[in-house]
Amino acid sequence: MRDVAVVGFAQRQMPEFDGSPTCVELLVPVFKELYEQTGWTRKDVGFWCSGSSDYLAGRSFSFVQAVDAIGVIPPVNESHVEMDLAWAMYEAWIKIQTGEVDTALVYAFGKSSAGVLRRTLALQLEPYTMTPLWPDTVSLAGLQARTGIDAGLWDERAMAEVANRSLTDAEKNEYAIRKGGSSVDELLARPMYADPLRKHDCAPVTDGVAALVLAAGDRAREVRDRPAWLTGIAHNVDPMGMGVRDLTRSPSAQRAGAALDLDGVEVAELHAPFSHQELILRRELGLADDVAVNPSGGALTSNPMFSAGGIRVGEAATRIWSGEASKVLAHATSGPALQQNLVCTLDAATEGAGN
Amino acid sequence: MTVAFDYTRSTGPVIGRFLTGLRDGHVVGGRTSAGAVVVPPLEFDPVTHEPTTDFVEVSSVGTVTSWTWVPEPVKDQPFDRPFAFALVTLDGADVPFLHALDVSSPDEVTTGMRVRVRWAAERTGHINDIACFEPVAALDEVEGGAGGPDRARPQPRNEAATEQSRSGDVPAAPVTGVVTRVSLDYDYAASPEESLFYRGLNEGRIMGQRCPTCQKVYIPPRSACPADGTPTEEEVELSQTGTVTTFCIVNVPFLGQKITPPYVSAYVLLDGADIAVLHLILGVPADEVRMGMRVKAVWKPRDEWTFSLENIDHFAPTGEPDAEFDTYKQHL
Repeated sequence: MRDVAVVGFAQRQMPEFDGSPTCVELLVPVFKELYEQTGWTRKDVGFWCSGSSDYLAGRSFSFVQAVDAIGVIPPVNESHVEMDLAWAMYEAWIKIQTGEVDTALVYAFGKSSAGVLRRTLALQLEPYTMTPLWPDTVSLAGLQARTGIDAGLWDERAMAEVANRSLTDAEKNEYAIRKGGSSVDELLARPMYADPLRKHDCAPVTDGVAALVLAAGDRAREVRDRPAWLTGIAHNVDPMGMGVRDLTRSPSAQRAGAALDLDGVEVAELHAPFSHQELILRRELGLADDVAVNPSGGALTSNPMFSAGGIRVGEAATRIWSGEASKVLAHATSGPALQQNLVCTLDAATEGAGN
Repeated sequence: MTVAFDYTRSTGPVIGRFLTGLRDGHVVGGRTSAGAVVVPPLEFDPVTHEPTTDFVEVSSVGTVTSWTWVPEPVKDQPFDRPFAFALVTLDGADVPFLHALDVSSPDEVTTGMRVRVRWAAERTGHINDIACFEPVAALDEVEGGAGGPDRARPQPRNEAATEQSRSGDVPAAPVTGVVTRVSLDYDYAASPEESLFYRGLNEGRIMGQRCPTCQKVYIPPRSACPADGTPTEEEVELSQTGTVTTFCIVNVPFLGQKITPPYVSAYVLLDGADIAVLHLILGVPADEVRMGMRVKAVWKPRDEWTFSLENIDHFAPTGEPDAEFDTYKQHL
């Protein structure tokens, strides 16, 4: 296996982007920032892969229009996933493993606010018995949250603790669109929204783009003194139906985590768009109490569709670059109620790379 | 802006069996290799991966295993006023099933409460044949439990199945397909470049932008030069005349066609632009249109102008000599 590291990361997030659904206007400055971080031009990028959905954009082939932001004369080696940035990164990681390329820039974009996001996402459900009922994302998360409350696995206070810590940490994150912790009691005094969820238990609708740069071996060392080496990456999926899996658990997250060496993880960026989902993920990944979870504020404070999972990777990688941590974990989710999960470890050392 | 499509799907033998059951007023589950009864039935066994063939009719009464309040329903949900979504394990089934629960406040629902299926007035072999679940206690209090202004709204139906169910005394044929209408509403925001272009058209001008790297002029302007990835910021007003680079003669009639065939659809390279625009060529017999022909924009009457390329009704010949091939060969 080749040693591959995350060496670049840029993001833009906002409650409502007043521009085109292809977000080209946001991608151009993000790519510029990455050229500055790496010292590269677009011609140094061996492979490009994007994550997005036409259902968000409300137009067909939106990812093709987004390619304008790259500039494609001469032609570039390019691909797309109808998934989060983290899965675009997975494709790029495999591409680098094949030996065909040494470098990749992966990006994702989404204008969630163009439609009604929680409704649009019903289109990812089973189309015969689920989508026609239009079960919105918040409702499906509410059903999951209550199963854990009823089973005594967590309570509203534990959920509010997650929200309060996230809102407090987000104060240090210039990109977070919701920030400002208060106290658990203050949060619990707020009205119920989608009982059992309060609004602060649910990620805000967020527009935005993000991008990551991957490089193999010496190409990574040329860019950064401390590249964030991808020492392990795995993803798994659970059944779609809400009735045929234990909603208090996320077996796919557990399985992805179990495929990796998580010993010594100091920081974990978990993609939990609902407060109780962080509690599920902590348990499934077996994270100890001294692991710092979501120091960025996490998805509860900004959750741009198709970027937010990859942003977890970027936020985790920055802790390695800065020397703040030596081993970190990043997680991304997709589908209803933590159905699909990707977990990766990033390390300051290459030892064990290419899990 | 609304994007809508009727998704037409064949059901296969398992989902078809389930939907046929709903149409006929009973709930069908499938038994897995582990012996569990699952509603709706799984198409394939999660352990053996064999197709499900053991179907079991379960009760239309069951127990709430989880629920969530829906304070602000979205379009096409079973109710257009606040309601609950619930996971309900029907008597005879081993796992819960998702549907709406008709209660008027979260105080009226608890995990463990008993509920039953309220059937839709007209059933066609669709998941919405179940209008919703309703509390069993409420049913006891109100005869029949149905009626009233808060009833679940009718939902899109499978027209094919409707025909089958009306086919007289013979048993209706199994449901083999469903139609689900998906309609999505978007607030469309124009990019700054699109705004420039459409505002220009509303003033009778054709606006493009120049790439600062390669000097190419794009119409319509886009947020970045597709060749270089550089933002194209310099605004350029383009000429109203140009050259036909290539064209096709439309002979085939189609639904919604506005002009009687034959007519010509052509790429017009406006003078000063580096990319051609697609438009109509009129004012000349179709068989006289040729590559290199010089044409000019013919605008609709000013009081019909809006923010649209349709302000230009068509392009018509200028009568100038044809352009040399070398002047447009890079644009084919």
